[in-house]
Amino acid sequence: MEDRLSEILSPYKGKQDALIPILQKVQEEIGYLPAEAMQEIARTTGLPQSRVYAVATFYAQFYFTRRGRHQSKICTGTACHVKGAARIMDTFERELGIACGETSEDYEHSLETVACVGSCALAPVVVVDEEVYGQVDSSKMSKIFDDFKETEKED
Amino acid sequence: MIQITSPPQMAKIMEQCQAALARQKVRFLVCAGTGCVAGGSLDVYDEFKRLIEEKGISVDVELLYEGQKSDAGIGIGGCHGFCQMGPLVRVEPKETFYTKVKVADVEEIVTATIDKDTVVERLLYQNPDGSRSVTEHEVPFYSTQQRIVLGKCGVINPEDIREYFAAEGYQALAHVLQDLTREQVIDIVTRSGLRGRGGAGFPAGRKWQSCLQATGSPKYIVCNGDEGDPGAFMDRSVLEGDPLAVIEGMTIAGYSVGASYGYIYVRAEYPLAVKRLHKAIAQARQSQLLGDNIMGTGFNFDLKIFQGAGAFVCGESTALTLSIEGKRGMPRVAPRPRTTEIGLWDKPTVLNNVKSFAYVPDIIRKGADWFKAIGTETSSGTAVFALTGNITNSGLIEVPMGTTFREIIFNLGGGIPDGEKFKAVQTGGPSGGCLPESLLDLPIDFDSLDEAGAIMGSGGMVIMDERTCMVDVARYFLDFTVIESCGQCVPCRLGTKQLLEVLEDICAGKGRKEDLDLLYELSHAVHAASICGLGQTAANPVLTTLRYFKEEYEAHIFDKCCPAKVCKALISFVISEDRCKGCGICAKHCPVSAITGEKKQVHVIDQSLCIQCGVCMEKCPKKFRAVDCVSPRIKAAVPETMETT
Ligand SMILES: Cc1cc2nc3c(=O)[nH]c(=O)nc-3n(C[C@H](O)[C@H](O)[C@H](O)COP(=O)(O)O)c2cc1C
Ligand code: SF4
Ligand code: SF4
Ligand code: SF4
Ligand code: FES
Ligand code: FES
Repeated sequence: MEDRLSEILSPYKGKQDALIPILQKVQEEIGYLPAEAMQEIARTTGLPQSRVYAVATFYAQFYFTRRGRHQSKICTGTACHVKGAARIMDTFERELGIACGETSEDYEHSLETVACVGSCALAPVVVVDEEVYGQVDSSKMSKIFDDFKETEKED
Repeated sequence: MIQITSPPQMAKIMEQCQAALARQKVRFLVCAGTGCVAGGSLDVYDEFKRLIEEKGISVDVELLYEGQKSDAGIGIGGCHGFCQMGPLVRVEPKETFYTKVKVADVEEIVTATIDKDTVVERLLYQNPDGSRSVTEHEVPFYSTQQRIVLGKCGVINPEDIREYFAAEGYQALAHVLQDLTREQVIDIVTRSGLRGRGGAGFPAGRKWQSCLQATGSPKYIVCNGDEGDPGAFMDRSVLEGDPLAVIEGMTIAGYSVGASYGYIYVRAEYPLAVKRLHKAIAQARQSQLLGDNIMGTGFNFDLKIFQGAGAFVCGESTALTLSIEGKRGMPRVAPRPRTTEIGLWDKPTVLNNVKSFAYVPDIIRKGADWFKAIGTETSSGTAVFALTGNITNSGLIEVPMGTTFREIIFNLGGGIPDGEKFKAVQTGGPSGGCLPESLLDLPIDFDSLDEAGAIMGSGGMVIMDERTCMVDVARYFLDFTVIESCGQCVPCRLGTKQLLEVLEDICAGKGRKEDLDLLYELSHAVHAASICGLGQTAANPVLTTLRYFKEEYEAHIFDKCCPAKVCKALISFVISEDRCKGCGICAKHCPVSAITGEKKQVHVIDQSLCIQCGVCMEKCPKKFRAVDCVSPRIKAAVPETMETT
């Protein structure tokens, strides 16, 4: 992890203004922001750790715990809300056995909301592992859950 | 790559690019916006490529620019705003407009177009009367639109700057650099009456003027592409479909206020827009349209993209600039300096919305009077809306300011689907409001919406039918605001939370008579004592629903009834003894096994187990429709003593 971090951070030495892009880059590479990464970011930029945490915790994009292999995001933007996003969330919670905002113990799944991905004309929308699913109904959900089971079997 | 070394050269470049594109006999433009990509448009694109190449035709566009003719070509386009019918394919030059194109349809389109010169009837848009529309202009959804900002979206390939040149791109900047002083540019923008499209409608010319006069250097141009309204995607489509219009507009702004650096702030959730912008910026630099010595005139201007990190409040201008500086995005405390004087890095800054910048090249090219003539007295130009919710045609529309809701909803939008009735239209997102049927004939502009208690916002327009609960909608928006409040003002942080709790109680059937007054009181306090727009407008969804849909609040509070049958605590699902045929499907799907019944016998729901998920109603075969949803709740068959707890 240490080598990896110093490699990611090497272009940012002393660049305090670039804090948010740095956090984004580290999360993109590692999947979340572990404590040691936060320390390393503080060291590289020369910012106090409190400042690094203050900024990172302000923004919804950053995670401080490990995420699941599959990340399901249920759009709860207005268009999707009107088209029944709450029921879709209920179904995901039931099927995955985790509540919104949680990661399963085996790190297979994370479930959360997203406030609009800009595909509102296809509402209701779900984003699974960066792929956008539009006009989601019970049969599309079944297919998503079946695909999850497929990848489990492959291991 | 084409190099522009002097402004007069631009006209010739345009002609060359137009000629190159005309060397292609036909062109298939596959929509590659976020919506159509979700529908599989990239596979459709690959299939076009494969089939055309199979015919021995090269799809290499470079050959066109070298003067060679070609029988067919392909390209990608940005969002047409009709993602619901996607993936969309446009065939030029006839502008044939195909909807819901699947990989399996491609061969038929290719054969019909190239070999037979006909169209594939079944993939054309079907009008409500059953006839088919051949081109986009014939489709009712587009027929009365006036597309300016969206004009090139879907029509040009946003990843090839030469197509932007062919569509008169950069003619405006050439004119500005060659013929106009800073003051003249600002004068045109001022006289056009362009008001900012980010929500508040502040006159753009006045903002630029104030930045021009501000002392301090360097100056910055910032484009607000945060698009925080959850349920709107106008800015996403413009950034994806016509990124260079925004870049050209920002460059012109830079020239007119004397700024040589700019930032485009893009929402974290828009990866495709970021990708397109990166490409557009790189190509503009190569063509000497960004960077040093633009068009050989000695004017320098360059741009950087900043990706947001997911905070709605960062759409507010002072928070946005702090966020670019790598800080927490908390709006600056009053007395707030004007961004035009003390903005990014404490320097004079022009901060405008994506669309505000995108209008500028057209305004410069066609003149202030042209723009001023469109729209209403106080709001010139067009309005772009993301029309969504319970509406037949959902998508992006652009209409002259002053168009009525009725025109948009019932003409362009095709009315309310599933035989339902219109109930409310919501504009302005979490800062806006819900307007009722009686206001359908209101001509929409910045001022009329303000008066009605809603706001224009950046352009979200969500249509709600009788199945939408207005108390739940107010609760929904407050839930959003509570999460997104940055927390530095107590009235916003705690007041919105209080409002939310009252609304949650009402939805849960625990509303009290005093709650209505409490809602008013809290709303006014939050409005009066918050420092930024988020808090100041947070109560709008509550106030407008109270103003126009009070009886719905009263039904919840006094009758414990949710007329729209949305609030779970106030509804029950029941199986009709007359209609149930005992097929057992509902019981099989009920997640909590609350339904019992013998085969071919009437089934029954145990109300004490039921979690109101609605699955039984959805699954009961259409021909039986035996499950009803009722409100108020029916009494569960439980002993009296338990009921009172
Ligand atoms: C909480 C809040 C969120 C905002 N979100 C946005 C946004 O997403 N996009 C936007 O252009 N303006 C947004 N604004 C308005 C901006 O503060 C600013 O007025 C606008 O970007 C200026 O550009 P314009 O003059 O071109 O409209 C927001 C304002 C507030 C208070
Ligand atoms: S009104 Fe709300 S969002 Fe705005 S600064 Fe105050 S606490 Fe933050
Ligand atoms: S509403 Fe859901 S929980 Fe209740 S009976 Fe129907 S399927 Fe079962
Ligand atoms: S699905 Fe409908 S018809 Fe079949 S048992 Fe259930 S309520 Fe009766
Ligand atoms: S509201 Fe769900 S994608 Fe916009
Ligand atoms: S993404 Fe294709 S029409 Fe919107």
